[in-house]
Amino acid sequence: MGHYVPHTDAEIDEMLRFLGLASLDELFAVVPEALRLAGGLDIAQGASEFDVLDEMARLAAVNDACGPDLVCFAGAGAYDHELPSAVQRTAFRSEFVTAYTPYQPEVAQGVLQVLFEYQTLIARLTGLDVANASLYDGATACVEAVNLAVAATGRSTVWVSQGVHPNWRATMATYARGTGHHLVEQPLLDGVTQWPTDAGEVEAPGAVVLQYPNFLGCIEDVAEARRTADLHGALLVVAFDPVAAGMLRTPGSLGADVVVGEGQPFGTPLSFGGPYLGLLAVRQEHVRRIPGRLVGETLDVEGRRAYVTTLRTREQDIRREKASSNICTNQTLIAVCCAIQLSWLGTSGLRQVALRSARATRATREAVLAIDGIDPVANAPTFREFAVRLPLPAETVVERMAEHGYLAGAPLAGEYGPGLLIAATERRTAAQIDGYASALEKVIR
Amino acid sequence: MTTTTPAAGGKASSAPIMGRDAEPTIFELSVPDRTAWTFRDQGLPEWSAEDLVPAEHLAEAPVALPEVSERDLVAHYTRLSHRQYSVDLGAYPLGSCTMKYNPKLCDDAASLAGFTNVHPTAPASMTQGWIELLVALGDALCEVTGMHAVTLQPPAGAAGELTGLLLMRAFHEANGDARRKVIIPDSAHGTNPASVTLGGYETVTVPSDERGLVDLDALRTVLDTDVAGIMLTNPNTLGLFEEDIAEIAAMVHEVGGLLYYDGANLNAILGVTRPGDMGFDIVHMNLHKTFAVPHGGGGPGAGPVAVSERLADYLPGPLPVRIDDDTFGWATPPASIGRMHGWHGNALALVRAYAYLLANGSDGLRHVAEAAVLNANWIRTRLRGSYDIPFDRPNMHECVVSASTLRKEHGVRAADVAKRLLEEGFHAPTVYFPLIVDEALMIEPTETESLQTLGALADALIAIAEGASAADHDAPRLTPVGRVDEARAARHLIATWDAR
Repeated sequence: MGHYVPHTDAEIDEMLRFLGLASLDELFAVVPEALRLAGGLDIAQGASEFDVLDEMARLAAVNDACGPDLVCFAGAGAYDHELPSAVQRTAFRSEFVTAYTPYQPEVAQGVLQVLFEYQTLIARLTGLDVANASLYDGATACVEAVNLAVAATGRSTVWVSQGVHPNWRATMATYARGTGHHLVEQPLLDGVTQWPTDAGEVEAPGAVVLQYPNFLGCIEDVAEARRTADLHGALLVVAFDPVAAGMLRTPGSLGADVVVGEGQPFGTPLSFGGPYLGLLAVRQEHVRRIPGRLVGETLDVEGRRAYVTTLRTREQDIRREKASSNICTNQTLIAVCCAIQLSWLGTSGLRQVALRSARATRATREAVLAIDGIDPVANAPTFREFAVRLPLPAETVVERMAEHGYLAGAPLAGEYGPGLLIAATERRTAAQIDGYASALEKVIR
Repeated sequence: MTTTTPAAGGKASSAPIMGRDAEPTIFELSVPDRTAWTFRDQGLPEWSAEDLVPAEHLAEAPVALPEVSERDLVAHYTRLSHRQYSVDLGAYPLGSCTMKYNPKLCDDAASLAGFTNVHPTAPASMTQGWIELLVALGDALCEVTGMHAVTLQPPAGAAGELTGLLLMRAFHEANGDARRKVIIPDSAHGTNPASVTLGGYETVTVPSDERGLVDLDALRTVLDTDVAGIMLTNPNTLGLFEEDIAEIAAMVHEVGGLLYYDGANLNAILGVTRPGDMGFDIVHMNLHKTFAVPHGGGGPGAGPVAVSERLADYLPGPLPVRIDDDTFGWATPPASIGRMHGWHGNALALVRAYAYLLANGSDGLRHVAEAAVLNANWIRTRLRGSYDIPFDRPNMHECVVSASTLRKEHGVRAADVAKRLLEEGFHAPTVYFPLIVDEALMIEPTETESLQTLGALADALIAIAEGASAADHDAPRLTPVGRVDEARAARHLIATWDAR
């Protein structure tokens, strides 16, 4: 039998006899002969754990991983923050890793309480009332926010700033093929969104969506977006950077109705893009439209504090075709990582991450813009990321910079024009920034 | 056979089995100005916030977070972990969820720095190992399902379903064929109809017949050229193989519809038969079920979608591709529907699944299906006489029994049986699903539970049935908390510490 099937041959015989069967093949007698796979699957036979790990190590070694030999200056929604041992070791306890969705609350208080704490932490970071128990990633969180806003306003036109991450916009457009929502992109001017003053001939928007700070790192005027939304009776959806909550005003305090974001910066490694963490929080009035799982506090029969998934009638397994979201499995374990990381940081640590990332970004920006031939894409104020024009293709610069030991950034394309998006976190030091700038000066010559 | 050895590896053996004392929230443990954090010395000028960002953007007050020491932090979450059941603690026979043991080797594979520390925007030239892995995983998943091409982007099963429906829509639209309806059986998972709605289609439900299978006559009456497709789980949620699948496929294809395979129950047929050979056009897989990616308390999972050749051009992109023998890259199909994820999907979950595939291989995967089906049939047979078995015929990887008689004779419902089982050191089966079975208890032991564990589980269930009484409404009594007041939670919503 396979590695993880415990049965001995004698036990299999015993079980087959109990069932009145002569062979394991008879278990599949209900599968019509014509459909049975003759000759088995055309993949290799099983291998030992050690052979498998050797192969996985070979594949891993082929990649250029960020670290001392490839210092990361890339961001674009995936950031190279510190990962403290206490967070990783605690979150990856097998009780958290190998549990199912908490359908039996009496034996799932661990996961439920962490999610309750997580919801509280995300609500505070967003400045809103209620956060859900996680979505897949920043991109799909945007989709869910738009679906919520359209359901709440009854209008399916959505204004989306081009400052929203291009992959997130692409994901929103893909989902809109099914929902029929009409996404209208609004352009940037010098790094920040130019909202039209009226809707023109088309339907007024049911939602206005922007990113804060936006994809180019610029700090958008959320209050102005709020006024634009109010002009049309639309909900304001803000995709925020949770790290910015350590310095900038929260989106909730600036008038957002729904806040979404990518939770990866808190406790999750770069991981080639996943699994990450979709953040979503709403004002109290929208709580009954919140997608996905929500944990609430209650009591057990003896009057003790207990936690349980609640407002379950919103969810797909009960509402079926009337559900406004189909999400079932979410990203609980990543939410656990996020909650523990935020508790590790505390009030002052969150401030430090934001401040130190902003300082590193300022120093990098000054050093990079001092190089002849490199210009900023925009002049609007930035927080932890900025975009530049280069005298040669950004893809070429990234390849050449790798030879000097740096991941230079994320190449820009499309409506942004050619360029490079550069980010620095609290991990970046003055020495790395100096080294980065001198290498960049060499490779663009 | 009724006696088994008492030492069952999958029974959480001591009671109380988990932490009984309440754990305060992290907010109650907070002490002003206590810290756990450390940061490296950056050697940079110590610019203030005002130096860095115009004052109008700055928060007036910092966001309040818990202030704890590292020691208290670790103690808090460790104690919470003791209030949580898990596969590593004991058996988890949740029907439809395939809560098999998650091999530890996969954890180690997914922790390699060469995977975890790779940035998603890094160019293909710097991520050859990653792309090779994704290509190899995709190839293996196509072979397992009998399909032609695959996207690994969908981060969960429900996202895979929607991907499939959007592919269905793109296919019909490209043929100038606007169709409105998608058929699903009444035994389907709730995600199916919800995904149908999000895909812009109307759900048409077909009933099950007395065998527990799709009613072919009923299906015939709803099939017309307005049908975009049908979503089926095979084996279905009753654990029964849809024996007429070839005929169903022919009927649906006849009207120009497509067949969607919900891979929730793929574990039952690994290496035995394939959705592609049954006539399916689109298949999603739950890698967190069939391929042992741990469920993480509710995710992250992964829900790749494989398709037949005629749908390959519509897949989300970019797709990992082999360019020549040892070069890999990305390519977006010509008529791609777009993106289902911000990056490449739940990539580290894909690493785990690939490691599991390599370890098992073609022989191991076949053993998985055999043992899963053997275990589920063994449980059904053992429970005969103690529980109602509405469809008492050979099942696949799971069986559905009913507490209907227990309810009539003792007032003990499926939920009571579930709560009693928690006291006995096992996780409960899925209850009240599928919806078409009264007082349903859906049991999926999986292949990783031993005969001894199955024996202990069956003994416990039989003892619960034999001892059924009004006292069962008070179960569970030995768990971290007693029965939880769900109605109160919804009536007086407290979803954050600050809402108390």
